[in-house]
Amino acid sequence: MTKLKPWLPLIGIGVFALLLLVVAPLVLSPHWINNLGKYCTLAIAAVGIGLAWGRGGMLVMGQGVFFGLGAYSMAMHLTLETAGPDSLPIFMILYDPLAALPAFWEPFRSEAFTIAAILLLPVIVASILGYALFKRRVKGAYFAILTQALAVALAVLISSTIRETGGDTGLSDFKYFFGFVLEDEGNKVMVFAIAASLLILSLLAVWQLNRSRFGELLVATRDAEERVRFLGYDPANIKLVAFVVAAVMASIGGAMFVPIVGIITPAEIGASASILMIAGVALGGRASLFGPALGAMAIGWGQSSLGSSWPSGWIYILGLVFILVTLFLPLGLSSLLGRAKDLVWRPRATPLATTSDEVTK
Amino acid sequence: MTDAEGSLVVTDLRVEFDGFVAVGGVSFDAHPGEVRFLIGPNGAGKTTCIDAITGLSKGTGSAKLGDRELLGRPAQKIVRLGVGRTFQTASVFEKLSVLQNLDIAAGLHRSSLSLLRARKGVDPAIEEALEQTGLSKELETPAGILSHGQKQWLEIAMLLVQDAKLLLLDEPVAGMSHDERTATGELLGRVAETRAVVVVEHDMDFMRRFATRVTVLHQGRVLSEGSVAHVQADPKVQEVYLGTVVALPDGPGETQGKEAH
Repeated sequence: MTKLKPWLPLIGIGVFALLLLVVAPLVLSPHWINNLGKYCTLAIAAVGIGLAWGRGGMLVMGQGVFFGLGAYSMAMHLTLETAGPDSLPIFMILYDPLAALPAFWEPFRSEAFTIAAILLLPVIVASILGYALFKRRVKGAYFAILTQALAVALAVLISSTIRETGGDTGLSDFKYFFGFVLEDEGNKVMVFAIAASLLILSLLAVWQLNRSRFGELLVATRDAEERVRFLGYDPANIKLVAFVVAAVMASIGGAMFVPIVGIITPAEIGASASILMIAGVALGGRASLFGPALGAMAIGWGQSSLGSSWPSGWIYILGLVFILVTLFLPLGLSSLLGRAKDLVWRPRATPLATTSDEVTK
Repeated sequence: MTDAEGSLVVTDLRVEFDGFVAVGGVSFDAHPGEVRFLIGPNGAGKTTCIDAITGLSKGTGSAKLGDRELLGRPAQKIVRLGVGRTFQTASVFEKLSVLQNLDIAAGLHRSSLSLLRARKGVDPAIEEALEQTGLSKELETPAGILSHGQKQWLEIAMLLVQDAKLLLLDEPVAGMSHDERTATGELLGRVAETRAVVVVEHDMDFMRRFATRVTVLHQGRVLSEGSVAHVQADPKVQEVYLGTVVALPDGPGETQGKEAH
């Protein structure tokens, strides 16, 4: 058991991969495959939040910014691909038949550029932002509010530039995905499989980061930043790495969200969307490996099932769940596992040992 | 005294907070092989001296380790030059195990890329530090549930594995039992064989037993300096400490007053 223990998460990821990539396509209807794909994209962003917030202590309330960077990069490419070579997106022609394609759209005709943008834009933005904030030792609520404000700002910017970005209506009606017809059922399963695989890869990346020396250092920085400084490390650099990784994951999630859901609007990247991402992570358990992903998927599922059949009730249920988890399970539902284990095997474990166990897991 | 590589030489150190002079021109030195004590009544500026040397507070003047100036560098760079410190309240990473704590401390000279790998086995330096501090049995214990004394020893062990040439310890025996104090004092003696050790302390008994040299601070200035016997015989020191020495019993277990910053 003890020899097996370090590899349990890996086995868990394997089982999860099997469920998503083999079992789900066999048993779920195309409609639910599509929904599950959407939850996967949200979960990718959530895995990054788990790293930055759960392990790094940075309450990233504006992951919508990075989700949006990836989503709009992808959406611009798919829009241009749908419009065809040398043509303009239909919404631009509707506003102004004589309009020219804005300069920043042009490179998104290229598939390679789009993929590079999805991966590198968040790195650039998060590096500059993180460097400025962490070197100035901005943290806690100030950091959270600042990131949240950025998500609002980006959403407003997109809303107010209807001619260039489609505004509140967003970008939609994508016909092709890198040459594949999106209508096709087989292609839909393929897009789902890509999103699910990326989620698995994100989990693997965070698993390795958590068990690495960097992961230990990140937890140490979260718990006693000044002490880390007096061990010769610059805490700003440690936090920056986690923040950038989280940003890239949010961007990848956003990019895959677009072909699966078929539309991206400022509402999907603004303040409330960003908070919903946090809510999923908090529900699942921010410091655990699977908590953020499963929490985000649960919230996504609630949103699309209860949220559409009983919208007024769903908001209250969400609020109630959030309050209950914050009050009674500050480390999320995944901490229930640890508690149950303690009840069975170590009935007299001290509370202190219990909490440290959960966090270092 | 020589200007050997591991020697700390502080010259005319001044620290001001909004016009208040906390340290007003303090000079002292510490060399490998000695346990130098900084003592003085509350508010004498002992901790502030340490803060300035380690980059936590801004100071003017000079503090050199070997031939390298420490003042004006960021805290983490000063650590990388070989200066390690502890704080009045034991500050270890409570959620991490003893091994993880030490591994982080030992890691400052590792390359950034190697940080992405998981730890395999225990560094020889860590094993040695565990042995020196008597923590070998606590390898996997979360640091948060160690006893107070063990936390302080863990902090000293962290300084050992980070290969500090100069150790600055702020009240390392505060709150310890008599036996723990003796163990700590003996540990400091062993540690100081190859390193310079500066100890800020209130405990006169501890100072008498383990100091090789003493610097007495009073109101931000050096009042007296020399061996324990010399300092104790100094009438100026007796004047400042009149009452204080008498009030501090030599017996074990008394709680130490915390020095105001």
